[in-house]
Formats: sequence, C-alpha cells, structure tokens
Amino acid sequence: MTVHKRPGDPAITPALVAEHGITEDEYRRLIDMLGRAPTFTELGVVSALWSEHCSYKHSRPLLRTLPTKADYVLQGPGENAGVIAIGDGLAVAFKIESHNHPSAVEPYQGAATGVGGILRDVFTMGARPIAMLNSLRFGALDSARVRYLVAGVVKGIGDYGNCVGVPTVAGEVVFDPAYDGNPLVNAMCVGLLKESELMRAVAQGVGNPIIAVGARTGRDGIHGASFASEDLSDANEAKRPRVQVGDPFTEKLLLEASLELIHSGHIVAIQDMGAAGLTSSSAEMAARGDVGVTIDVSRVPVREPHMTPYEILLSESQERMLVVAKRGREDAVRAILEKWDLTAAVIGEVIAEPVYRVTEGDTVIAEFPGTRLVTDCPTYTPDAAESPAIRALRERDVDALPERPEESDPVWTLTQLLSSPTIASKQWVYRQYDSTVRTNTVVGPGGDAAVLRIPHSTRGIAVKTDCNGRYVYLDPRAGARIAVAEAARNVACTGARPKAITNNLNFGNPRKPETYYQLREAVAGMAEACTALGTPVTGGNVSLYNESPRGAVYPTPVIGMVGLLDDVSRAARATFAAPGDRIVLLGEPTASIGASEYLQRIHGVVAGAPPACDLAAEQALIDTLVEAIGAGVVTSAHDCSDGGLAVALAECAIMNRGRQLGARVDLTPWAGLPLRALLFGEGQGRALVSTPDAKRVRALAAQHGVPAREIGAVDGGDTLQIAVGGRSIVAKLAALDEAYFEAIPRIMSRPASAAADSPVTTAV
Amino acid sequence: MKFGIVTFPGSNCDYDAYRAVVETLGETAVYVWHKDHDLQDADVVVLPGGFSYGDYLRPGAIARFSPIMTEVAAHARRGGPVLGICNGFQIACEAGLLPGALLRNANLQFISELVTLRVERADTAFTNRYRPGQTIAIPIAHGDGRYTADADTLQRLEGEGRVVFRYVAPPGTPGAGEWWSPNGAMHAIAGIVSDGGNVLGMMPHPERAVSPLLGSSDGVGVFQSLLTAVAA
Repeated sequence: MTVHKRPGDPAITPALVAEHGITEDEYRRLIDMLGRAPTFTELGVVSALWSEHCSYKHSRPLLRTLPTKADYVLQGPGENAGVIAIGDGLAVAFKIESHNHPSAVEPYQGAATGVGGILRDVFTMGARPIAMLNSLRFGALDSARVRYLVAGVVKGIGDYGNCVGVPTVAGEVVFDPAYDGNPLVNAMCVGLLKESELMRAVAQGVGNPIIAVGARTGRDGIHGASFASEDLSDANEAKRPRVQVGDPFTEKLLLEASLELIHSGHIVAIQDMGAAGLTSSSAEMAARGDVGVTIDVSRVPVREPHMTPYEILLSESQERMLVVAKRGREDAVRAILEKWDLTAAVIGEVIAEPVYRVTEGDTVIAEFPGTRLVTDCPTYTPDAAESPAIRALRERDVDALPERPEESDPVWTLTQLLSSPTIASKQWVYRQYDSTVRTNTVVGPGGDAAVLRIPHSTRGIAVKTDCNGRYVYLDPRAGARIAVAEAARNVACTGARPKAITNNLNFGNPRKPETYYQLREAVAGMAEACTALGTPVTGGNVSLYNESPRGAVYPTPVIGMVGLLDDVSRAARATFAAPGDRIVLLGEPTASIGASEYLQRIHGVVAGAPPACDLAAEQALIDTLVEAIGAGVVTSAHDCSDGGLAVALAECAIMNRGRQLGARVDLTPWAGLPLRALLFGEGQGRALVSTPDAKRVRALAAQHGVPAREIGAVDGGDTLQIAVGGRSIVAKLAALDEAYFEAIPRIMSRPASAAADSPVTTAV
Repeated sequence: MKFGIVTFPGSNCDYDAYRAVVETLGETAVYVWHKDHDLQDADVVVLPGGFSYGDYLRPGAIARFSPIMTEVAAHARRGGPVLGICNGFQIACEAGLLPGALLRNANLQFISELVTLRVERADTAFTNRYRPGQTIAIPIAHGDGRYTADADTLQRLEGEGRVVFRYVAPPGTPGAGEWWSPNGAMHAIAGIVSDGGNVLGMMPHPERAVSPLLGSSDGVGVFQSLLTAVAA
C-alpha cells in the first residue's frame, strides 16, 4: 500500500537520520528494504528497533555462543523470560534486566520502572511473580551525589515492589569509584507457573484482534531505548523527560488482570510494551509468529490530545500490555480488564499479508515488508584488543606490596574489610524491601542465596545474583567464569542444585576495541562456566554504553542463578547455628591477594590477577554441598569469597544479629602461606560449613575429591579466635558487629545531594 | 468456620491470609470482592495488608469507600470479629472502626523485619491462645505504621486495656526507653481493639508467621484464638 507522509513531518535529512542514532550504512539498508526513503514515522520506528537496547546488534553474535539447552529448559533466550521445569508439573520463569541509564539521571523512577518492566516480562509468561532480586553498583559512598542515587534507587525499588506485593529477597550492592558517573541497576524477577499455563508472545491467527491493555499512552519515555544505547554525558540530565514514570498500583491491577486473561483461554499472546513501547511489542510478536500485523494508532487510548503517531509508537509509558486475543473474544477480554478498572482497546489485527503496517485511520503511515524490521537489523563484530594498561595492572606483582604498619594487627585489617561498604551488611538497603509477603521466604536477604518454598510441594528454589566487576576488569574471561561459579556456589550453600542462569551484561561502548575485547572474553568465560556447571543461559539483557565522562564502568556481567532444593526444610543458612558444631573448610586457602577487596580497601590498589577458578573443582564442591546439606549433616554453609577466609568466618559468626556465635579456628596447617593471603586472599572453590558430624562431611567431600579440613569449632563465645602457628588473633564479636552493621547506616546518615560533585555544564 | 478475606484493588496479603486460614488452620476461607455487597456468611472478616488503591491520597482513605465496607461495618456493629492487618488496620481506622491513625514511619522509610511484640491482653477474641506478657516474633512490612492518637484517646485505650500488642526492643538494644518501637508508634502500640473488643487492628503480619520454615509460627495463635472465640 502507498505510505503517506504526514503533514508537518520534518524532512528526512542526514542530520535527522544521525540524530536518530542510525548510521549511514544502516540508513542504506533501510532504503534497500523499503525501496524508497522512509517517512518520519518509519525513521522513528527503525531507530527504536535497531537501537542497541532492542536489537543487541553488537552482542548477538557473541550471545549465540552461550549454552542454552537442558532437558528442563522449557523456554530459552528470545522470549520475555526464560522458563525451567522444576518438577510436579511446575515451572519457574525468570529474567534480569537493567535500568542503568534512567537510574543515572532519575534514580527513583529509573529504578522503580526497572522493577515494573521485569515484573511484566515474567507475568506475561503466565507466571505469578514470587521473588525480586536486584544487583546494584554505585560509586564510592563518600560522595553526596552517590548517596542521593543510592537512597533514590533503593526507595524506588522498594516502593514499587512492596506495592505490587512481590518480596525482594536477595541481590548485591557494590560500591566502587568505577561506577561513579554511571550506576548499574539490574532487577531480576522470578515467577512460578504451571507448565501447562506457559504463555508465549507469538502473534498468530489471521483475523485475531490486537488489543492495547492497561494504562493509557502518554508522552513519557519517548526514545528511552535509544537513550539507553548511548554514552551518558552531562547533557543527559536534560534527557530526564525520557525517563518513564511508574505506577505500581496500576501494575498490580495489570498483573492480576493479565494472569486472569492468560488463564481464561481468550488470548493467544501477550507482551509488555516495554522498551520502544508499542513498536517493539507489536513487531516482535509478529516476527516470532512470522505473521503480518496492522496497527491503527488513532485507536490507541492516549493520555493527552494531539499525540503524533511517532509519539504513540515510541512512547514508553509504563504498565501497558499488548494482547493478541482470539477473534470473537473481545468482549470477554474487555470484561476482565473492566473488573480490574483497566481499559482495553482493539487497535489492530493479525493479517495474512506479510507486512508490518501502521495506519492512522485509513491512511497508511508506515509499512515494512515481512518481519524484516526485526530480522534485517545489522549485527557488528568490532575490533577487539586488550587495553595494555589493564594487562599491566593484571601482571603487576601485588604480593610484593609492603604492608601498612596498622596491618601488624590483623584484627584492624579485618575490621576495615568488614566496614568496607561492599562487604558490610546491606541491612540499611533490604530493610526497605518487603521480603516476606506471599509467605514463601525461607531464607531472606542478608545471607548467601535466598530460598523460597514452593506452595503445595516439599521443594524450594534458591536464587542469587553475583558478579565481581573488579575481577572482570582485570581479566574478563576469568572474571566471568568466577561470576558464574560464585553464583552457583552461593546457591549450593543453601543446599540447592544450580539449574540455570539469566545474565545482564553491563559494559561500556562496544565500538572501543578494549571494551569489545572485554565483552567478547567475558561471554567466552561465561560460556565455559555455564557449560562446565550445567547451568544454561535462558535469557538476559545487554546494557552497553555504560560510560560517563569519567570513563567506562567495570565490565559487569551479572549472573542471576536459580537452583532447586528437593527438600526445602533442609535449607542451610550462612550463619553458625549451634555451639559445639565443628567448622570445616571445603577447598583450599590461597597464597594470592590478587584483585582482592583487601588490596582495594587497605592499599587503594586495583591490580593483580583474579583468583584461579577451576570449574571441575567448583562442580565437585557444589556436589559436596548439595549432598551434605540434603543429607541434613550440615547446619550452616557460607561461600568464602569477598574479603577471604577471615571475613567469611566473621560473617558466619555475626551476620545473624539475633544470635551471634563466636568460634575458635586453627589455620596452622597453612602457616607457611603469607598471613594476609591466608586471611584475606580470595581463592575460589571454597565454602565454610559447620556440622555436628565433621567426619561425615569429610567423607562426603573425599568422595568428590574436595579438600576438607576441620579447622575449629563454634564455641558460642563473644570472640572470633584464629590461631596461626604460634600466633593468636582474637577479635571481639561486638567490634566486628559494629564494623559490619553500622558502616552503611553511618555513611547514609550524611547529607545527600542531587547536585553533581564536580561542576557540569547544564545543557539546554 | 469461615473467614471472609476482602480483596481491594491493591490488596496483596489477601493470599497470605487465605493460606494461613486454609493451609495452616485447615479452616474455610473465601475471597470477598470489594465491589460486592455480600460477605458470603463469613464468621470472621479479614481486611488484609497491601496497598489498597496504591495508598494514594493516604493509606486506607479510598478503600473505606469501597462498596463492601458497608457490610463490614454492619458485621462489626453486630459484634462480628474483624481482623485488620497492616493496610487493613489503616482502612479500619479510616473507616472509623478503630480510633487513631497510622502515620509515616518516624524514619521516613519502609521497614521490613521480624519484630518482637508483647501480648498485653490474652483475654480477647484474637489473643486467647497466648499468655499475658508473652513475647512473640512477627514480621512487619510497612511505610506508614506509626500509630498516633490524641491524648484522650490514648488514655482511654490504655485505661480500657485495649492495647493488645506492643512492640518491645530486641534484647541489648541501646537507648531503648519506656516505649520502644521500630516506627515511632505512640506508646509502642502495634495493635488495638475496638471498644466492643471485636475489631482488632495490628500493623505486624500474623499471617506471615505461620511456620517454623518462615522463621516464626507465633502468628498462628491469632487465628486459633478466633476459632475458640467464634465457637464459644
């Protein structure tokens, strides 16, 4: 059909094309596809769908190398969320997504809408959301601007999730100057469904109506997807209007209405109108079903008059869904929405003609052949080269670094590490999140992984996000392997068998060779670890251009891991449970302090090689933990990572503030190692367990070839005592408690400010 | 025995209350839709937690105008038990079933944690399974839980023994004075009953403390007490 230019549309000039983030080559491709120049509306549609955020054009070739299959994977990458079977006809849908750029300019709404978006991705699969996690990275907390961002992001996450009634149960918060200008806000949602009720966002059935459901479309968030596909600059403050505004109350209604719709049998597909709004949801559903669609923008319910088709198509107004219903069921769909005080409007239909068409009344204003709008987006494999400066940092001999005088007292060092905001208790954060609503939370925030019971079942799931960006920075391949291994280990420390992951790749500008190198190597490391540990990737998100004028963030491939427990009543916690229990170290101490929190916190040094990560050893450790906890032999299990063995021991003793239990351990067998490496080195493949039956734990470990040594006992006293050779290190629990629990509240009580720490030019 | 659990738009603990009644107690529960005018012959009405109408304007301020509240008020007037939990407590106050109001937490933050309550009265329809003075562990999860009332009301509540649950400080809390509360509540009030004793409002969530697996089963007593009271 003839496509009409609308009166008042700007002329398509090279400058306008560039402003839409479309390269000359991409523009030529577009003209080839259309056989003519695009209209302004078409240019907008393409700029959104071919943005990095929607098209994954710099990451897709790499993502294809990730393992995605297992017999229990019901839905892998390419849908709104991944889905795995967990037995008894039940399944778990889960996905992680970033909202970094919006949160950098408007922390409260940026984080809130990030939660909203990932919730919708999960419930459109037919799953009832049962848990939220979030993985947050901020700059150093001594900046008033960073405190403003932290307070806003945490409140945004809490206000949204709390209102919708989904518990926030786990996650991580890391503080590092590398994230100063560009915080990372990744939210993960986990939902529960019956396998038989799994819903996919595949448009099908010629003549089936396409229905816009939920909130009306406004002018907010236009070009959010494109905004998320460029570097952050001081001018981004002026792009604050591109950040969407969330309404968790409407989300809750939409959640209930959507699940009711899916269970009603009246609809064939449903998808969130998320990034690039109506455009991407309709085009992606059509492409998955390989069908044509036509959308009439004049029928879309809008918040304000005189919105142009361009605005309606690209709006990222929140709490909206696009539904393909069965023909003739329109009134039944409408009735369900009305019950929840929401609107539903038929705005288009599935058509036989292989075309993606947008009309304004009867006038065609945009038309793309077949599904090429989605499939024709180019992919890129840029040059990759490791930064020599980073290689030099990795190769630096950090073991030669002299100790500070204060370090003659290891308790001082331990206290410093426990009060490091990255290690310290995040209670200030998670106390603001409802973690118990829906009454499934068996192990909540504050330990390793969270554990949820599955209703009407003896089973449970364990969930955790992990990534040490400093490791990935210094060695992307090793760092990504460790991120997967650590997430798996955390999950296994509850007794759960790691099953599958979702990932969030947060990187800088991929057109820079050193950044693309990091991305490529990290994906390779992730693929190695996921293959070795049998945890396929079921989906995820890529967030590139995480750069501010101060440079790129640490490459941060966040892993969201889901594990399964056969008997949730056996779930282990991280903290010591009973005086008299023996403490067993699974795995080996390390001789290295490379890339450690110790180096950064005590010496201000980011250097050295990250710890070695032997994936076979990790698998053996996981097997040992799962078996020992499943057999009920272990009363606590804690991953030994950030801050090393001494920090892990202290955490086991003090993290349960209602029941702190002291312990005595003897590390003399390793007295030959450098003391600081023994105490604070971050070797992988290790866990601390406490048990009334150390012999049995050692025997189980031996079966799997895991080194296991009884290093001491929980004595229930008010100190942590560590003997090494002739030396005795004695730390009072009260002092460790203060360092660990008061660090963040103390800093957050200082004033916060939205103003930048350094002067910025305000763009107009 | 039948519990009628009211679902307002934005209620999100209706499911938790339903599970507590059906799975833990083995009794009957029905969801009562806010737009209806029928309590479905429920013996006990539960106003559940959540964010009815998004807590927009003020928590509970809009929900009290829901059609079903006419029947809830009539049920209360007849002496029928009404259990308002968290947002349900806020709704009950807005509806005039209970005196006072729940204001923004003193620290201006949402607070989610397991707290310790002291059972001040063990002779109510909601607490007859507890011992007077018993301390119990129940989670809270709210942003607006600071119980507030004028001096006369407080005096009357205390004088008539209508403060049923009070927050107490965890052992070793520094600086815990006479009244300790996580949210700044006056007189550390966590739960009160109406002058007839048949309406209980409490900010903590007994329906979430129903199994050792969840960290506490101390909340079951509230529901069991209702069984005893209604059967009597």
